[in-house]
Amino acid sequence: MQDALRFLQPDAEPVDRADFVEQARVARQGSHAASRGLPLTIRGLKKSYGDNEVLRGIDLHIPAGQFVAIVGRSGCGKSTLLRLIAGLETIDAGTISFGETARPEDVRVMFQEPRLLPWARVLSNVEVGLGRERATSDAQARADRALTDVGLDEKRGQWPAVLSGGQKQRVALARALVSNPRVLAFDEPLGALDALTRISMQRLLERVWHDQAFTAVLVTHDVAEAVALADRVLVIEDGRIAHDVHVDIQRPRRRGSADLAALEGSILSNLLEAAGELTDH
Amino acid sequence: MSLIDSLPRAGRLRLPSAGGLIPWIVPLAIILIWQAACVTGLVSARVLPAPSDVALAGWKLLLSGELVRNIWVSFWRASVGFLIGGSIGFSFGLANGLSPISSKLTDTTLQMVRNIPHLALIPLVILWFGIDESAKLFLVALGVFFPIYLNTLHGIRTVDPHLIEMGRIYGMTDGELFRRVIFPGALPSIFVGVRFALGIMWLTLIVAETIAASSGLGYMAMQAREFMLIDVVVLSILIYALLGKLADSASRVLERLTLSWHPAFQKH
Repeated sequence: MQDALRFLQPDAEPVDRADFVEQARVARQGSHAASRGLPLTIRGLKKSYGDNEVLRGIDLHIPAGQFVAIVGRSGCGKSTLLRLIAGLETIDAGTISFGETARPEDVRVMFQEPRLLPWARVLSNVEVGLGRERATSDAQARADRALTDVGLDEKRGQWPAVLSGGQKQRVALARALVSNPRVLAFDEPLGALDALTRISMQRLLERVWHDQAFTAVLVTHDVAEAVALADRVLVIEDGRIAHDVHVDIQRPRRRGSADLAALEGSILSNLLEAAGELTDH
Repeated sequence: MSLIDSLPRAGRLRLPSAGGLIPWIVPLAIILIWQAACVTGLVSARVLPAPSDVALAGWKLLLSGELVRNIWVSFWRASVGFLIGGSIGFSFGLANGLSPISSKLTDTTLQMVRNIPHLALIPLVILWFGIDESAKLFLVALGVFFPIYLNTLHGIRTVDPHLIEMGRIYGMTDGELFRRVIFPGALPSIFVGVRFALGIMWLTLIVAETIAASSGLGYMAMQAREFMLIDVVVLSILIYALLGKLADSASRVLERLTLSWHPAFQKH
């Protein structure tokens, strides 16, 4: 089904399944000992805006290189948690630590909007991601490599305005990857894309995570996306972690397979139950 | 790839094709009808001289060197006044857009001054500066100041805060953030200000030259009125139209060069 749909989609990343399995096997052999990712430890994290207590004490440990998805109803605090991890907000109480001292280049965020500079060509937009290393002589070569990784090297000289939504998000991904981050936080990065582009972007995210072995934290409202991509799904309710589900399904995962669907169903019913909406259905 | 894209556009700028002539059809037709009306006696030459007479008067003034001298004087006043008023307006726009303290301190005052029609200051300006060059420069600079100030301020305040947050995340210093995010983001709005300012620049200059000057296009027209030289008066008015169009075209070319990223300037 997906193979057939791929023809409909200009953005599609042709992923050779055999090649993917081989890559996965090699990656597993290297295993997490070689992981570049940083572990993430959160203790007693609280955050309020005015009287509204958004996070009421989060305790969480994410091992290096793990892919964690955070799901929850809107307003549950999942985006706030991500912004705190990315250092975009100040912490009211508690700690977030990365095991060792993280440089600013080690933690990168990707948002729902691509946030590209419209007045800079694609390649310069990616160079922005190098942060303080922008001035080095190999900056352009690194930006080029990051663009090739997301399959957009032929668009390097274009203005962002001429790219499609999915292509813009891929440039944003290249910008986040170019500094070789060790933690990558995704805030609904695929939320604004159409269904087909989403699928190809999910594959791309999974592939770069595999290749570069960073620790990934993905906030999403799409439970199917969470179980398809993540090693572990956290359900947040009322500013607390309500469920912590490990996804023990081998990669590459087949979208629509029975075990993925079953897991998705159980997480969804958890979410609905908490809101007392299951009785309605 | 992008070079190939830009080639046909550059070519169109250099060689005006048939399409480039369309905007001139209406002005040409008006001149032809006007000429016909004068030749047939439909319009008296004392009310409106024929275009050919106007052209003849222009030719005579050109030969005597008076025309070039007056155009040059007016052009110099316009550009120096524009540069002075524009740079002060731009600086205030930047300062008030970037610093809330500066904005609190000066914006109210500037808004009050803005609501005084600057041409109402002519009597005061004549008392201060006489009919010196500085009087004209002062008025032009004052007129140009506000559109550039307001649009620079507006441009900076409306830069997408998401982009500014992005810049900070990626470790841009304040200087880089200004150079790479805030200034380019404000540029389209600044250009709107520049084009408004160009219109006000000519208006102010011509009024000032008509009332208090001893050289320049406005002065030339007033002199001609004294001697009932209606062809020279009409000539001056036509030159205003041409100079105004020239200034507008110049700002458009500048816009096209600096805003080539903008979807509005990407014609495929």
